[in-house]
Amino acid sequence: MPNAFAFNIPFVSIFLAMLTAIITPLIPVKAGIKNINKATLPERVTCCVIALIGVLSALLLFALNADEPISFRFMMGHFPAPWGNELRAGPLEAFLALAFSISMLLSLTGNFDATAYDISERRRPAFCVLVNLLMASLLALLYTNDLFTAYVFIEINTIASCAIVAVKEGGKAVRAALRYLVLSMAGSGLILISICILYDITGHLLMEPMHNAIINIINTGNYINPLTVALYLMTVGLAVKSALYPFASWLHDAHGSATNASSSILSGLVLKGHIFLIIKIFCRIFGIDIIHLLRMDTQLLIFGLLGMIMGSVHAIGQSEAKEMVAWSSVAQVGYIFLGIGLNSNAGIAAACLHVTIHAMIKPMLFTAVGGLSAAAGHKKGLHELMGTFYANRWAGIGFMAGACSMMGIPTFAGFASKLSLTMAAFESRAIIWALAALAASSVLNA
Amino acid sequence: MLNRLLLNHYEAAAVILSCIGLTNLLLQRNMIKKIIGLNIMDTAVYLFLAAKGYISGRTAPIYYLDANGEWVNQVQAYVNPVPAGLVLTGIVVSVSVTAFALALTLRLYEHYGTLNIDEALFLLEHKYELEYSSYNDDDELLYEFGVDNRDMIKAANEAASKSMNDKGGDEDHA
Repeated sequence: MPNAFAFNIPFVSIFLAMLTAIITPLIPVKAGIKNINKATLPERVTCCVIALIGVLSALLLFALNADEPISFRFMMGHFPAPWGNELRAGPLEAFLALAFSISMLLSLTGNFDATAYDISERRRPAFCVLVNLLMASLLALLYTNDLFTAYVFIEINTIASCAIVAVKEGGKAVRAALRYLVLSMAGSGLILISICILYDITGHLLMEPMHNAIINIINTGNYINPLTVALYLMTVGLAVKSALYPFASWLHDAHGSATNASSSILSGLVLKGHIFLIIKIFCRIFGIDIIHLLRMDTQLLIFGLLGMIMGSVHAIGQSEAKEMVAWSSVAQVGYIFLGIGLNSNAGIAAACLHVTIHAMIKPMLFTAVGGLSAAAGHKKGLHELMGTFYANRWAGIGFMAGACSMMGIPTFAGFASKLSLTMAAFESRAIIWALAALAASSVLNA
Repeated sequence: MLNRLLLNHYEAAAVILSCIGLTNLLLQRNMIKKIIGLNIMDTAVYLFLAAKGYISGRTAPIYYLDANGEWVNQVQAYVNPVPAGLVLTGIVVSVSVTAFALALTLRLYEHYGTLNIDEALFLLEHKYELEYSSYNDDDELLYEFGVDNRDMIKAANEAASKSMNDKGGDEDHA
């Protein structure tokens, strides 16, 4: 058991983000201090809190690795297991929380200029509220052990992420946000129906009792059809939100027309929160044997492969730099679903590695594209960015590094995750298709 | 099969309603109709939950005095309270999402003078974006809800070209 301090970290970090979301609108934008780097006071407070959450997550990670039981449950409101609400923290959750807070911090600090250009000073506190709400809901999606709590935070996440698209002025962003909202609402409706069916056939909302009840259902053979329907609805709902290919038509629009900090956060983190929830539901509620029994793994594999190819094909066809980077997200989400679809320990580990690496690289790419387009006088077209490398060298280097990593060139981070995905594919029966698609997608990315 | 459907008629109705809602949400062109579809879908889920939580012959989980004047505090006297709690949370979530969607729809209308997302995309591609508070008279066809889409696009097209001509004329004048 970790010490009392580490034990409280999951709750405290969610609570801190929520609290900051409430107090940021109260902080005056024009304080006596001079605005450094065009960042207003609420933005600096937000950055400090996110850095603090990152430090806390790092402490939690160390505490969990030091002690023997490497995961623990935190009761919310002191009601014991089958009734109360719980948080659960393990090394993976702590590590992802650390990675998410670093990525969030860098996407905010790297884009202060673009944020100041796109969002008026009057609206900046509202922007900070949304960032903090997103942080809180992402942390809650990581740590929660209760399916209905997950649903509530999915909805908070939906509202905050649509609002963070619409916060940029102009009709294009509003239209993209509405389109995003409609598909997200359909997705969360499916998730809600699925949670209701699961609750009705298992009688639980916490993950461990639900897992035992589902094993019981499979053994006795009663209610297998509702269970299958619930699994498919849940997967489709979460796949819409995490932009698996056939459901990804909203992504390029929303991520391409938002301000740079929003695009970075949405593409790097919000998709990953939902993907991690899918991994959690597959591993902790159903278990990978039952997923295989209900044939969910093969379908995710097929859609993952489709996403890898089609995302890259669409990315090549784009004429705007940001939309191209956004379509490349669809391809990367395809890689992650390929890992989940392999349905082995190695595959899911590779998927988690790719989640982390993509959560780092995609914000970097968006930030670099933002830097380049600012150097070109806020133009967006690919051909208009020609020659801007000399105007903003750091953004150019960042873009090159990010692009190399996306292609999976050795010594860049993307290589590590692609290698582990390939190694996981070697253990599976679908190896030929997986390898062919990996190769094709790598070539297309290049 | 039919027997089971009749036995679970509340659940069957909930499933049909939620399918209607989802179809409306995805296929309607008008944003307001989409939002109504969302609400139908959510309400169907609440019906499903309420039907599942009800146990016939029992009452709401609140202490009450029976005929002998004694407090009833046996678990067997009450229906399952958890679905009611879930419905309550779901209603809160649905209200906030609806409010947010309506607010965004309002913004869309201010920018494009239309409630149709596809049409807004068309107007966007033709570089036709209304300024705040300048959406009054010259494109009144767009205000009519539920007109055949081709008519609307044609009208929008005319309005777009007209507006661009106007702007060009202004620049020449200046």
